[in-house]
Amino acid sequence: MKVELQNLTKIFPSRSKKQGEEVVAVNNFTFAIPDGKLVGLLGPSGCGKSTTLYMISGLQKPSSGKIFFGDEDVTDLAPESRGIGLVFQNYALYPHMTVKQNIMFPLQNLKGEDRLPKEVMIERAYEAAKLVQIDELMDRKPSELSGGQQQRVAIARALVKMPRVLLLDEPLSNLDARLRLQTREEIRRIQKETGITTVFVTHDQEEAMSISDIIVVMKLGVVQQIGKPQEVYDDPKNLFVAKFLGTPPINVFEGKVSGGKLYLGEDAVLDVPGVSDRAVYVGIRPEAFIPMSDGPLQCEISNVEVMGRDVSVVSKHVASINPFVRSIVDADNKISVSDEFVRFYLKPHKVFLFDKETEQRLYFGNQKPASIEEM
Amino acid sequence: MAEVLKKIKFEKWKGWLYLSPAIILLLIFTVWPIFNTIRMAFLEDFNTLQASRGAVFEIGFKNFEKVIGYKDFLTCLGNTMILCVLTVPLSTILALVIAVCLNSIKFLSRFIQTIFFLPYVTNSIAIGMVFAAMFNIVGSFLGTDNQIVQTWGIVNEVLRAFGMEPINWINSGSDYWANIWVMVIYIVWNALPFKILILLGGLQSVNKQYYEAAKIDGTSRIRTFTRITVPLLSPMIAYVVITGFIGGFKEYSSIVGIFGDGMGPAGEKGKLNTMVGYIYDSLSLHQGRASAAALILFGIIFIVTMINLYVSKKKTHY
Repeated sequence: MKVELQNLTKIFPSRSKKQGEEVVAVNNFTFAIPDGKLVGLLGPSGCGKSTTLYMISGLQKPSSGKIFFGDEDVTDLAPESRGIGLVFQNYALYPHMTVKQNIMFPLQNLKGEDRLPKEVMIERAYEAAKLVQIDELMDRKPSELSGGQQQRVAIARALVKMPRVLLLDEPLSNLDARLRLQTREEIRRIQKETGITTVFVTHDQEEAMSISDIIVVMKLGVVQQIGKPQEVYDDPKNLFVAKFLGTPPINVFEGKVSGGKLYLGEDAVLDVPGVSDRAVYVGIRPEAFIPMSDGPLQCEISNVEVMGRDVSVVSKHVASINPFVRSIVDADNKISVSDEFVRFYLKPHKVFLFDKETEQRLYFGNQKPASIEEM
Repeated sequence: MAEVLKKIKFEKWKGWLYLSPAIILLLIFTVWPIFNTIRMAFLEDFNTLQASRGAVFEIGFKNFEKVIGYKDFLTCLGNTMILCVLTVPLSTILALVIAVCLNSIKFLSRFIQTIFFLPYVTNSIAIGMVFAAMFNIVGSFLGTDNQIVQTWGIVNEVLRAFGMEPINWINSGSDYWANIWVMVIYIVWNALPFKILILLGGLQSVNKQYYEAAKIDGTSRIRTFTRITVPLLSPMIAYVVITGFIGGFKEYSSIVGIFGDGMGPAGEKGKLNTMVGYIYDSLSLHQGRASAAALILFGIIFIVTMINLYVSKKKTHY
């Protein structure tokens, strides 16, 4: 099912009349989620990603804008009539029911013609449970399950009525690190197997990038960029997106462009044809650094962290906004702390320029904006 | 080393020292009376007057035998049981419905909750007198021209307005079940605020996401109530039922509030007497029997509470 959001806006009124102003949680969100894709809504807390999800679910009414499922306008439809499955952040499993009762609950709510015979209900419940691999635990209570198992029950409960759209609110935030890795693969697998259009919300960029077909990066209610994870990483539209994606995070410098060359401090480090002279923010991905004895960028080494395959060189540079510049280089380069200084060449396609005022991307050389049209 | 040992010894006693005011008061006003009650209950035909003259009483079950053999006692036991069985379920169900309604009201919710809590802070004898006036079959007073003006209680006034015959609720010659219904209405009304308070507190602590999840799954209101709200509230419901039964078996002041200390309509003294009423009545002359009756009441409450706990353990989800 294709999900289309048109100029979706949510404004929360101010708490008290005397003070505080209204909060624009989601501002003019327009996007069509293609059928059968896994979409990650990504952003720091308070960016409106959960509000967007709840508006798709129908639990919150948009202040303006429209939501379509396929060709059907569902904007004013009650949550139960939308045909969605929602997995809550804390799972919201009914604690007094067994796993089986929890999964069957949505089916038992169906009335009239939609109501299934009891055997079919049980069969469907077991099917959903098998899909998330909890069919062994059907007679347990939620309190007797681990966090990961509860998560699966919640997904099974959302899937059992065969929803048109599956919505997941921070699905991995309550799991420990190991389980998180495992569960995100699981979500990916279930989504692939069922082919249900799925939207999930997360503040963890790694999580979003690793399993999404498309990620939507949001900040303060405004969509910053929409695209395939790799495209958004390789081609951020503004400084916020560049800083938000990637571990370790991107290195940001203050620089200036003069005569087609990029200056960091006193050093001209890169040719940037096509950008007029101005002050810029420079984002350099950690993997953009190539150590070379005659490289144009000189940094003062503070530490070298060995990671086996790679080493992480922590160094200082006057133009850097962060206290340290972190670069990831091949371990073969044999850089050591005793070297005191290290010189780098920069890979041009891993270096992003942003206007100092607007923080919007400035493209140079053969960099060009990506489009999401061909998806 | 000795210093340390001394310190440990003091530390050990310090706790008891801090607890001593409470312990001393409890010993005097709770433990000793309980012990004394048991002692008096098993001393045959005990009374304090004879005891003060140095009489010696035999140990035995005679007090219990006499208490159980009295017709009055059986009336009291029956009244108490009937009131308990009628009022506890009724007030619990009503309180649950009202609590759910109150919880869903947004407008002036605090104010309305306060109004529902008012009976709790009002004196029950005063309320009883107002109820007695409301259910009165007739009141008469001297009018301005010295003629006798007759009025009906408001309940009968309402019945008459609907074209029904007035009912003799509580006056002399009234029917037993009319009396009981007045008591039930009064006791339920009086018991509601506390139960509403507990259940409302429980409702407000239920995670809203359960309801959101239920909404998404298209759960009807009734099913949400029976399958989600009630089970999630079950610990509070169990608490309210258990304390309700305990309170019900100790019913006394509400009867006094409506019927006065005659514990019945005029001319039918003791018609609506309860267990506690019986104990009070016996207390002046037959302290031994009063103690025995108190122990019987304790036993009944104990057994009923055990049954309640057993049932709620099976049915409640904690």
